[in-house]
Amino acid sequence: MTWDLVVEMLTSPLMQRALLAAVLVGAAAPVVGTFLVQRRMALMGDGIGHVALTGVALGWLVGSWAGLVPQDALAVPGAVVAAVVGSVVIELVRERGRTSGDLALALMFYGGIAGGVLLIKVAGGTNANLISYLFGSISTVSTSDLWWTVALAALVLGVGLGLRTALFAVSHDEEFARASGMPVRLLSMLVATIAALTVTIAMRVVGLLLVSALMIVPVAIAQLYARSFGRTMTLASVIGVVVSVVGLGLTYWQDIPPGATIVVLAIVVYTVAATLRPALQRRRPDDDPHPDMVDDVLIVDDVCDDPVPTAPAPAGAAHAIAATPSRAGRTGGAPRPTPGTDDPAGGAPAT
Amino acid sequence: MTLGTTTPLAVEATGLDVTLGGRRILAGVDLAVEPGQVLALLGANGSGKSTLVRALLGVVPTSAGSVRLFGAPLGPSAPWHRVGYVPQRMPAASGMPATALEVVTSGLLHRRRVRPAHGGRRRALAALESVGLADRAHRRVQEMSGGQQQRVLIARALVRDPDLLVLDEPTSGIDIPTQATFVDTVARLHAAGTTVVVILHELGPFAGLIQRAVVLRHGRVAHDGPPPAARPEHAHADHDHTHAHPDPEPPPTGPTITVEVTP
Repeated sequence: MTWDLVVEMLTSPLMQRALLAAVLVGAAAPVVGTFLVQRRMALMGDGIGHVALTGVALGWLVGSWAGLVPQDALAVPGAVVAAVVGSVVIELVRERGRTSGDLALALMFYGGIAGGVLLIKVAGGTNANLISYLFGSISTVSTSDLWWTVALAALVLGVGLGLRTALFAVSHDEEFARASGMPVRLLSMLVATIAALTVTIAMRVVGLLLVSALMIVPVAIAQLYARSFGRTMTLASVIGVVVSVVGLGLTYWQDIPPGATIVVLAIVVYTVAATLRPALQRRRPDDDPHPDMVDDVLIVDDVCDDPVPTAPAPAGAAHAIAATPSRAGRTGGAPRPTPGTDDPAGGAPAT
Repeated sequence: MTLGTTTPLAVEATGLDVTLGGRRILAGVDLAVEPGQVLALLGANGSGKSTLVRALLGVVPTSAGSVRLFGAPLGPSAPWHRVGYVPQRMPAASGMPATALEVVTSGLLHRRRVRPAHGGRRRALAALESVGLADRAHRRVQEMSGGQQQRVLIARALVRDPDLLVLDEPTSGIDIPTQATFVDTVARLHAAGTTVVVILHELGPFAGLIQRAVVLRHGRVAHDGPPPAARPEHAHADHDHTHAHPDPEPPPTGPTITVEVTP
């Protein structure tokens, strides 16, 4: 019964296209998200998504002026252009002055949404036309859309995985990367650009408002358990594919929006993973974090048996700490001679 | 300099000016470091030591003057693969896990290499071995102690076999035994002909290695020459050490506890 439904789902051409898009986006988005989280720019995907909305409306506007048959034929190219431009601007702002980066990002958020709503009206559309871009419309994925998705996902995965070490180096320690003569700005722009491309391909699956969730939430889950950067990226990618496919599959039986389902599913997985983490983490009880350290500190909770008698401490202070270079050495615990008095018997040469 | 025609200077900075945030940090600094030399950069906090080193390596922009590394100007043509830099500390963790091996592997990359070459993993493991962290290669650096993180940073600089090693206060906040291993490492590299520029607050354990000291004060070179000798009179047993402030209060009465540190 259930098996028949799965077969039926897999044989539907519409579902095949949607599943392929979900797999590609689910795999590519967390790869970019890993770099964004490492650069502390988890919200960058949101900023790009908002700007891309203006691009969608702009593409629509140009399409209606040019009299193209489907008015939104240029919506996706418009989104690509706006997203790439927006991401480069965000990156430039981050590079220039760190203080105003937050503010610039906020301006882009609001400007992107407002520009999109305004332009779609000018183009003769309605806000309803924007809804499918804001919240995704995976059921309307056409074959040409799919080819765009395949090409861009291949590009994102190729750059993200192929230049993984270089992008890691720049994101982990920008100063060291500069001191190695690495093209830091170029590589930072590359991260921003592949983030922009990811936003535009994920737009059809989860929508512009939820794109960032697919980039960031799988990474948040993976870094709870993974120990290395590489494993975080791999695990996040696998989680991204699983939640995308499962979320999409659920919408085949239930009339629920796919984008929101995928994101809610990912957040549920995160909650469960974070809750179970203390119980699931391997314990290493006998693990001394410093096995190479010599046990050079001796704590004697009895009267000091030092050969040199300690000078009688005033007010009965018996709390003496001796840090001497040799065990049989001088006691440094004696009270320091008062300034000005020449007292070699005081022992500790204070320097 | 006639020597410059045959073997170029490891570092050659002339008239270096650096202005950051409207403040002039360095003013007309000239610095020439012969290959194979061990040079200490000394000076108070804020005297411009770290900024000078960062300007030499192209991390901060210079407003005037020029820098040449091994005879080549800073930029795409500079021999970046011959330079190893050890910053003061690891950047603040972003929460993203990274193992010591991954951090050291990133040291294999430079201007003309954006992907690690074959055998990179072996070289990174060897570099970790040389700082005594072979068994921690697959541990998160965020979970390591400050001293271990510092050793990871040194391994990251050593992994490319640099001819010029630049260290920014490598021994700050590091215990005495670990400091000694750093000094051993630098001594070994010096014996192999590596040029070393090290920022220090005090010569301390490096004293025997330093051939030349440059002291910065308010962004200018205040001293350039042999390292200042430690004042011997301080070590005398009858040295009368006076403080500007009164002696500290004796510790309060408590349980009898003695802590001894043995070598």
